[in-house]
Amino acid sequence: MAPHIRSSGSKAHEKLVSRYMQEIRDIAKAGLSRRELFRMGLVVGGAGAAAIQGARGFKPYWAHADSLPFRSPRNTPFIDPLPIPPVMRPVTLNPAPTKGTNPGLSAVTGFPEASRPDHQRWEQFLPVAMYESIEKAVQHDFYPDIDGVPPSTVWTFVEPSTGNAGPLRIKARYGEPILHRVHNALPADNGGFGINKTSTHLHNGHNASESDGGPLHFYDARQFKDYHWPNVRAGFSNNIPESSWNGRTVPGDVRETMSFLWFHDHMHDFTAQNTYKGLVSLYTLFSDDINLDTDDETTGLRLPSGEYDIPMVFADKVFDPRTGQLFFDLFNLDGILGDKDTVNGVIQPYLEVKRRKYRFRFLGGGPSRVREFFLSNGQSFIQLSNDGNLLPRPLFRRSMRLQVAERVDVIVDFSKAGIGEKIHLQNRLEQTDGRAPTGKIIAPTNLVEFRVVGDAVDDSRVPAALLDLPNRNVAIAKNRSWKFDRTNGAWAVNGNFFDPDVFSAVIRRNSAEIWTFESAGGWVHPGHPHMEEFQILSRDGKAPPIEEVSRKDMLGVGDSVFGTDNSSKARIFLQFRDWLGNYPMHCHNTVHEDHGMMILFNVVA
Amino acid sequence: MDRRHFLGVTATAALGLAALSTLPGSPDRPEKNGYAGVSSEERRRNRFPDVPLVTHEGRNVRFYSDLIKGRTVFLNFLYTVCTAEAICPLATANLVEVQKILGPRVGRDVFLYSLTLDPKNDTPRVLGSYAKAFGVKPGWTFLTGEKEDIERLRRNLGYVNLDPVKDRDPSQHSGMLRYGIEPLELWGGCPILSRPEVIARRLAWMEPRGGRANPAA
Repeated sequence: MAPHIRSSGSKAHEKLVSRYMQEIRDIAKAGLSRRELFRMGLVVGGAGAAAIQGARGFKPYWAHADSLPFRSPRNTPFIDPLPIPPVMRPVTLNPAPTKGTNPGLSAVTGFPEASRPDHQRWEQFLPVAMYESIEKAVQHDFYPDIDGVPPSTVWTFVEPSTGNAGPLRIKARYGEPILHRVHNALPADNGGFGINKTSTHLHNGHNASESDGGPLHFYDARQFKDYHWPNVRAGFSNNIPESSWNGRTVPGDVRETMSFLWFHDHMHDFTAQNTYKGLVSLYTLFSDDINLDTDDETTGLRLPSGEYDIPMVFADKVFDPRTGQLFFDLFNLDGILGDKDTVNGVIQPYLEVKRRKYRFRFLGGGPSRVREFFLSNGQSFIQLSNDGNLLPRPLFRRSMRLQVAERVDVIVDFSKAGIGEKIHLQNRLEQTDGRAPTGKIIAPTNLVEFRVVGDAVDDSRVPAALLDLPNRNVAIAKNRSWKFDRTNGAWAVNGNFFDPDVFSAVIRRNSAEIWTFESAGGWVHPGHPHMEEFQILSRDGKAPPIEEVSRKDMLGVGDSVFGTDNSSKARIFLQFRDWLGNYPMHCHNTVHEDHGMMILFNVVA
Repeated sequence: MDRRHFLGVTATAALGLAALSTLPGSPDRPEKNGYAGVSSEERRRNRFPDVPLVTHEGRNVRFYSDLIKGRTVFLNFLYTVCTAEAICPLATANLVEVQKILGPRVGRDVFLYSLTLDPKNDTPRVLGSYAKAFGVKPGWTFLTGEKEDIERLRRNLGYVNLDPVKDRDPSQHSGMLRYGIEPLELWGGCPILSRPEVIARRLAWMEPRGGRANPAA
C-alpha cells in the first residue's frame, strides 16, 4: 500500500516519494489499469470515497473563472422579428458528385473534396436534389440595433447561390435522395474559440457511416465534402423492404418516417465551440410519398404548412460586455450556460401571427441548457412529435421539457386570440449550472413574443392520429449498458475514457439490441446514439411517460429529467439496419462529449 | 514535425486566410458605442492570470508570459502525495509515454506543464525528485507557487467541482488533461488516462493540416 506522507520538503519525504513512484511505475509497466489496481487493494481510495457522499451545491456557472464575473450587455426585448430560416434551393453541382472522392476542384470555391470512403448504395439512391453550403465567418447581430451592441463574428452555413446565412433549412422529401456539398471556408483566426475543421452531422439521419458526419470524420479548411442523405426509411434493405400507408407502398418501414432533423458541426473536441459559434441548421423531412406529412395543409395529415411551419433553434449565449462579442467559456467542463437565450440567432424576437394554427418546431440547441416551455396565456401546446418523430397521436401539454438536442413539433392555435394580443413563449425551468436543471419551475423568461395581427385562412387540422409506432417484436441479439460518469474530473462511459481506436460494441447489421443508459447522479446526460432512432422501454423499471411512448434519438438520464426527479436508468430498444460502418454514441451536452463522454460502435455485415 | 515545418504550415494557413478574405461576407472588427475592438493578442493575454510560479528546477517564471504565450502546451494538475486511486502517479506515468511519442518536439515547440495542487508540500525540490523518479525529460516542467496563485490558476483552468466537498479534494482535479495551441486560441481537453497515443493524436487533430483521426472514415 502506498504510504501517506505528511512531512514537507525533507529528505525523508523525497525518499518516500521516489519509493512510491517506483512502486507505481512498476505497476504501470505491468500494464494494470486503475480499476485492476483498485480491485487489488493497491490504491488508497479514502478521500475519493468520502467525497462521493458529499453534499450538493450550486454556484454561478462560471464561478471557476475568477476573472470572468461578467454578464452580457442588456438587450431591449422584442425589437427584432424572429428570423425565419431560409429554405435552401437545389443547385447543379460543379463538378458533379461522384461515388468516391471527387477528383475535381469545386467551381464555387476551388477546393478539393476531402478524402472519404465510397458512398454506400450510391447507385441505388442516386441524388436527386443537390444542395451546397459554405461554412464561413460572417458578421451577425444577436442584439437589435438600438442596443448599440456591435455584431459578433459567427461561423455559419452560407448558401452561395443565394447568399443566405444560417440557420438555413433544407426541405427534404422521402424518395428524393439529397447530396449536400459542404465547403469548409472557415478562417484560421478563430476570434477566440472554435476550430476550422468540421464534420457535418445530420442529427437523426438514417445515413451511411461516411455521410454521418461523425466526430472523427472531420476535414480541414479549404476542402469540401459531399454528404449523401438518401432520405430512406429504416428497414429498407432487409426486414421491411416495402410497406404501405395511406394506400401507397414505399421502401422501408413507414412507421420510421421522420420529420424534424437538424445538421450541425460535430468536430471532435470542438463540437460545443463550433455549434455555439453558429454551425447549426435545420432539416425538415416530408412524407408526401405516403400522403402523411406533406408540406401542404390541404393534403395528408393537414398540418400547418408553408409560412405557418416555423422551426426555432434555442441557444443560450454570453456576450463580452467590453467588446459586445459572442463569448465562449473555454475552460468550463461542466456545461456552458448563457444569460441570453437566442431564437434563430436573435435575443428575444417577436413574431407576428395570424389567428390560426401554426406548427412550431422547437430544437434545444445546446451546449447545455434544458428548457421547459410554457405559453404565457396558459394555453396548451398540441405536441405532434418527440425528437421530430410523429407521435401515435397528438398530446395536449401545458408545458414541455427539452434536453439539449431534443426536438418537439407543436401546433399552437391562435384562432381564439384577440387582434393586438401578445402571447409569450416562455422558459420557466431553473438551471444555474452546467450539470442539470434544478427541476424547479420559476418565474418565466420570455423567449418569443407572438403578436396577433390579423386573420388568415386555415386549412390545417389537428389530426386525431398521426403515426403508429414501429413493431418491436424482433429478436434481441444483445443487451448492453452505458453508464455516464465523471471520475477525478474526467468524463467516462462505463468507467472507460474515449478511445478513437476502440469499438465499444461491434454489432451485426440488421440486428436489434436493448441498451440501458445510466447516469451516476448529480448530472443530466442526454445520450444520443447515431444511425437509428429508438424506443424507450422503461425508466427506472417503470413505463415511460406518455410523451416518451414514441420514437426518439435522445435519451436524458440523470437529475430533473421529469419534475425534480432523477431518472437514473432507462432501457431502450434500437436496431442497426441497412448501413455499415462506425458511429458514435455520446452525451449531447456538447461540453461533455467534447471531453470524452463518447463511445464508438461498428456495424458489420 | 520540426519547428520549421510547423511555422511553414502556419504560414500556409495564413495565406489561405488572405485568399478567403476576397469572398463576400468576410468579417471585419467593428467598434461602436464604447465597445472596444479587441486584438487577438489582448484577448489571449486576458485569458490567463500571469501569476509567478517556481519550476522544479528552481527557476522563477510567469505562467502566461513565460510558459504559455505563443506555445503549444499540455497542462495538468497533480500532487506528489496523491494516493486516492493513484490517479496522479498513473497520470504522470501516462504523460511520460506521451512525451516519448512526441519525441524531440517536446521542449522545442511543444511543452508539458504539471502544476501542483499542494504547493505547501510540493516544493521545487520535491517536484524535482518526483520528475526524476518518473524519468521526465526536458520540455516538461513541474510547477509550484503561492497557494493563492495556484488556486487562481486552478479555477481559471476549470479544475473545479461545484460540489464544495469534492472541490476540496485534490484528487477530483487530477483526471483531466488540457491542451492548446495558444497562438491559434485552440483549447481542448481529455481524460488524462486516455491512451498516450490518443493524447498525442489529439494534438495532431488540432494542428493546421494535422493528422486525421481515421483517414478511412
